[in-house]
Amino acid sequence: MIEISAPPARILAKERLIPGQTSKLVIDAPHIARKARPGNFVILRIAPEGERIPLTIADTDPEAGTVTIVYLVLGKTTAALEQLGEGDTILDLCGPLGKETHIEKVGTVICVGGGTGIAAMHHIAKGHHMAGNRVVAIVGARSENLLLFCDELESFCPELEICTDDGSCGHKGFVTDILQKRLEEDSEIGEVVAVGPVPMMAAVARVAKPFNVKTTVSLNSIMVDGIGMCGACRVTVGGETKFACVDGPEFDGLQVDFNELNKRLTAFKPQEAISYEEWKKSHGQ
Amino acid sequence: MANSDNAPKKPKKPIAPRVEMPTQPPRERTGNFDEVALGYTREQALAEAERCLQCKKPACVKGCPVEVPIKDFIERLQHDDVPGAYEVIKSTNSLPAVCGRVCPQEVQCEGACILGKKGEPVAIGRLERYTADTFMANSACEHMNGEGRSCAPIREDLKVACIGSGPSSLTCAGYLSSRGIKVSVFEALHELGGVLVYGIPEFRLPKSIVAQEVDALREQQVDLLTNWVGGKTIEISELFEAGYKAVFVGVGAGLPRFLNIPGENLIGVFSANEYLTRVNLGRAYKFPEADTPTYPGKHVAVFGAGNVAMDAARTAVRLGAERVSIVYRRTKGEMPARVEELDHAIEEGVELQILSSPLEFVGNEQGFLKSVILQRMELGEPDDSGRRRPVPIEDDRFELECDLAIIAVGTSPNPILLEASPELKLNKWGYVKVDETTGETSMANVFAGGDIVTGAATVISAMGAGRRAGMEIARRLMDE
Repeated sequence: MIEISAPPARILAKERLIPGQTSKLVIDAPHIARKARPGNFVILRIAPEGERIPLTIADTDPEAGTVTIVYLVLGKTTAALEQLGEGDTILDLCGPLGKETHIEKVGTVICVGGGTGIAAMHHIAKGHHMAGNRVVAIVGARSENLLLFCDELESFCPELEICTDDGSCGHKGFVTDILQKRLEEDSEIGEVVAVGPVPMMAAVARVAKPFNVKTTVSLNSIMVDGIGMCGACRVTVGGETKFACVDGPEFDGLQVDFNELNKRLTAFKPQEAISYEEWKKSHGQ
Repeated sequence: MANSDNAPKKPKKPIAPRVEMPTQPPRERTGNFDEVALGYTREQALAEAERCLQCKKPACVKGCPVEVPIKDFIERLQHDDVPGAYEVIKSTNSLPAVCGRVCPQEVQCEGACILGKKGEPVAIGRLERYTADTFMANSACEHMNGEGRSCAPIREDLKVACIGSGPSSLTCAGYLSSRGIKVSVFEALHELGGVLVYGIPEFRLPKSIVAQEVDALREQQVDLLTNWVGGKTIEISELFEAGYKAVFVGVGAGLPRFLNIPGENLIGVFSANEYLTRVNLGRAYKFPEADTPTYPGKHVAVFGAGNVAMDAARTAVRLGAERVSIVYRRTKGEMPARVEELDHAIEEGVELQILSSPLEFVGNEQGFLKSVILQRMELGEPDDSGRRRPVPIEDDRFELECDLAIIAVGTSPNPILLEASPELKLNKWGYVKVDETTGETSMANVFAGGDIVTGAATVISAMGAGRRAGMEIARRLMDE
């Protein structure tokens, strides 16, 4: 019988993946872990007057009743989140939200991840692997010390390609260089998945387009409620307005208006800066 | 006709004007988010209650979707018996402090009041509010059942789930728990109250009032679970697997509608839902003390003319906008908002840009909104709704400068729960189809009410639906 209980969302484990910048939290949330699928996200809030922020689920363990999230310290809320440690609780954790990744057995899937997006890509890649697809992972970061989830990806991906801007690890250059090469070499690619910064996802879509291969991207638009109520997350896909929180977050990358998405992401930049500066001042940073 | 009869006609007692409710002066209130209408004092309430004729056949009750015994509660107020009045109201209405504030009384109870035929109707809403506010300190439990019974002990074996925590669900939960049924309320957001907290601004309905009503349910041992999304965290079928005997779906109307005109995704174009959710639920009016930011607007254009549009416009005034315009394609007389809300908005400096329909939003290179192109309209023949149809005046277009546009033209059904429950039959507008007398959906023992059934409507009609479903659920579970 299903048990209706919601223990406080306690942080069971914390790993500083990139010190001061990116961390991984394993959170006790059996009711969310039970339902979470690749592609889903959660919305969390950590203070009584805090903001709701969406974070993609990087992994789940339904048996242990945990969900794993990975975040990049970008502003006040993530900076405050970074101050929490094992044993602390997340005030509000809501999910799983968004549509789960549409996974079909298509043979080979190329999963491209950039920066913090590698974490979300990892969950999707794992889903493709579980469905019997051969996953080729291409991950990119500015430098070797900013790479994430390489060990996890290596454990189930027969191929893992690493790219760094400075050449400190793997290929010196962009993920799209490797993607281009792979698409040229292998005509049997069933799908390309890309999760990362908007310019990266736009570039992946540009590269994939001539090859006529299904290209899925996971969009990180601004959200407030995350349950289809406010329309903050709207994106133009194939000329139509879609809500990333309920219609997505994954969409056909060849149809997304990335230019508009990039602009919309700047809507609250000045306020975000004020909020973060005040927080830093009050925390002696 | 001259009155030439010898017997002088008995002069009719003139109908006393209704007692005005004190409000914060417009100049003061535009600088804060405190409640605008301040409520009656005891003397004012007694004077207003005295105006009630205590009709033999009170028409007002028929006008109330939850059939508050209005005549009886006012009679108790005439005797200065506030607890008695509260008990009468609570026998059918679990959210009187809310209803006294946000019900469209002028078209419901007060619209039917016999005094209104010759003069002004009794201010029933204001008296309801006075009663609830004055009484509030007491336990709701003792007054939920009517007939003076105290709450029945809660039976853990009879469990009912309510999805959503807006007015319909809270009413259903209140009704059932007062009869001894164990209720769990599942709310997707982090705060309870649904539209009462994310949609209606603090200056019209203080959060503390909603919290008090929610606390009354907590006292009745209702389990209140936040951050549970119906259709995501839990599905209807799983609730039955978990031992719930019935489910009430009160998830609201959801998805905001847009105008579908060019430029709508420019930065600065918001749905009223987003704008109000940021400010109300996120407390963005306290930013940066509260973390959720709101979008600053100097020149604000609000599209739509219902209560939501008024709330958005008045919020923009309070957040410091220099100029706020309500853009509407008909005229003031056709505006769907409550007259009181419209009057308050105008008092606060909101301008009406009537007979204007938006054609296109114009932005700058960085994607920020700078103006809207409007089409001038005139009123033609009445359409199906009985209102005169707005017709464009050819080639008469003009540009309205605005850096913040708020779209308040309604909502469509939220897809989350509906997609997860394909067994739920929908009507042609995409809302949940129910049996009108019981509120039961096409799924056995699954009931629905509120905006997810009717589309955006009033708090009180949602409550009426919650109560109807509650009565039917209680009848089935307890053979009531």
